[in-house]
Amino acid sequence: MKPIRIGAGAGYSGDRVDPAVELAEKGSLSYLIFECLAERTIAIAQKARLLDSSAGYDPLLEERMEAVLPVCAARRIRIISNMGAANPNAAAEKTREIARRLGVRGLRIAAVSGDDVFNLLRSGNTDIEKPEGPLPLVETWLSANAYLGVLPLLEALQSDADIILTGRVADPALFLAPLIHEFGWSLSDWDILGQGTVVGHLLECAGQLTGGYFADPGKKDVPNLDRLGFPIAEVSPDGAAILTKVEGSGGVLNRATCTEQLLYEIQDPSAYLTPDVVADFSKVSFDQLAPDRVLVQGGSGRSRPATLKVSVAFRDGYIGEGQISYAGPNALHRAELARAILAARLDPLQFSELRFDFIGVNSIHGPQLSPTRPAPHEIRLRAAGSAASLASAARISREVEALYTNGPAGGGGATGSTREIIAIIAALIPRESVSHQLRILES
Amino acid sequence: MLLHEIAHARTGDKGNIVTISLIAYRSEDFKLLEERVTAKRVTAHFESFIDAPVERYSLPQLAALNFVLHRPLSNSVTRSLALDAHGKCLGFALLALEL
Repeated sequence: MKPIRIGAGAGYSGDRVDPAVELAEKGSLSYLIFECLAERTIAIAQKARLLDSSAGYDPLLEERMEAVLPVCAARRIRIISNMGAANPNAAAEKTREIARRLGVRGLRIAAVSGDDVFNLLRSGNTDIEKPEGPLPLVETWLSANAYLGVLPLLEALQSDADIILTGRVADPALFLAPLIHEFGWSLSDWDILGQGTVVGHLLECAGQLTGGYFADPGKKDVPNLDRLGFPIAEVSPDGAAILTKVEGSGGVLNRATCTEQLLYEIQDPSAYLTPDVVADFSKVSFDQLAPDRVLVQGGSGRSRPATLKVSVAFRDGYIGEGQISYAGPNALHRAELARAILAARLDPLQFSELRFDFIGVNSIHGPQLSPTRPAPHEIRLRAAGSAASLASAARISREVEALYTNGPAGGGGATGSTREIIAIIAALIPRESVSHQLRILES
Repeated sequence: MLLHEIAHARTGDKGNIVTISLIAYRSEDFKLLEERVTAKRVTAHFESFIDAPVERYSLPQLAALNFVLHRPLSNSVTRSLALDAHGKCLGFALLALEL
């Protein structure tokens, strides 16, 4: 059996589109995967769907599909993505419309749903474990989605789908499913599923494997980040994979980039929980075979958890923010005076928390970890607060703006914003209480 | 000498948890990381950000340590008032540690 080449076309919803086109054109791929769902993305999409029942999928779906569909269709590259977000069916319909418009006929487009467990959770007809504490009032909920595993994706692949669009699916499963499908791996061969999960985890953030989020000039230099190439995994039937990228693309792929990404967002490396396997990353090794070619092996696993993780998104009040700059002689003292004015004007009873920062001094690492240095030439004062009501949160940007005419000398560049907080809490439900649905359209 | 001279790091986040990998540029320096950058020391370093002891995992074949920081729940990504709500800049605070 030949190795399978899988490319990562996006690492988040707003990611660059041109590297995906480059992968489709020059990557000799069998599969192109777009991972586009962060924790809150579905809740934001659900808000859009509530306003318009044909909305609620990834905002860049159209742009991405228009860019890659013709070349993927011509080269028989299958596309798998969670760009369905809160509305996989609408995403599939939109994709069919784009395919027809571009003259691409006969494409099979699958929509995977069933991750939306909002009504199930609300009905109380399932056991719920609450590892992060009690769930908030149901009235505040925006969405509740279970992390599905490879099963619906395998069904879609067996139905000869060319494009698969899902809502919430565990990120590595988007990559693991085509490997299981191609190589006929057993769904209870935990070690191979663990190694496949390593490959999926390494690829799911796209450019973060090939030199993105890595450069530290003089210490870790990365060439041509402006045209960073996205990663490809050339996976063998035994799960070992060579990680690479399109020749001539920007970025770098070496043991250091791979090691950073292997541990990215990982807690205990020996127990990475997914719906399909508890993967063990602790014995993974990387070997540099050639420039931009790294062999990864050594992933293993244990039996999958009995429960599925659910992310419940809920409305949790508002955050208001404002910023204003001071520069030149005595800038820090003028900024400190402005802060004192704001602290006196903003009624602490209206805010559950208030915070002031001097950007450029200690706003990021905090007072304890920011060494005292001579006062910088320019200071940006930032005020932020959380409040139960929009009106209270909006006081912050108003009070910061009012510093122009009522505050210290020489304030400039005031900005402000107010936004709703969409918070996330995790719960666990038995996997038996979740069922998926598959719908296939043809262009 | 700052940790930044001999090691690199990447920061990730999940809710109120921040993870920081710490990787020696040269595998022969890994022993020094293991000896000097203890969970206890990293806990003290990030005292103002966390409300539980830091956990440390060791991956000798990669010359890497992995740290797990628990921030208060009020400081999760979605609720934090910090400019860097994710805590993504904290890896470089670790690299500023004096060895």
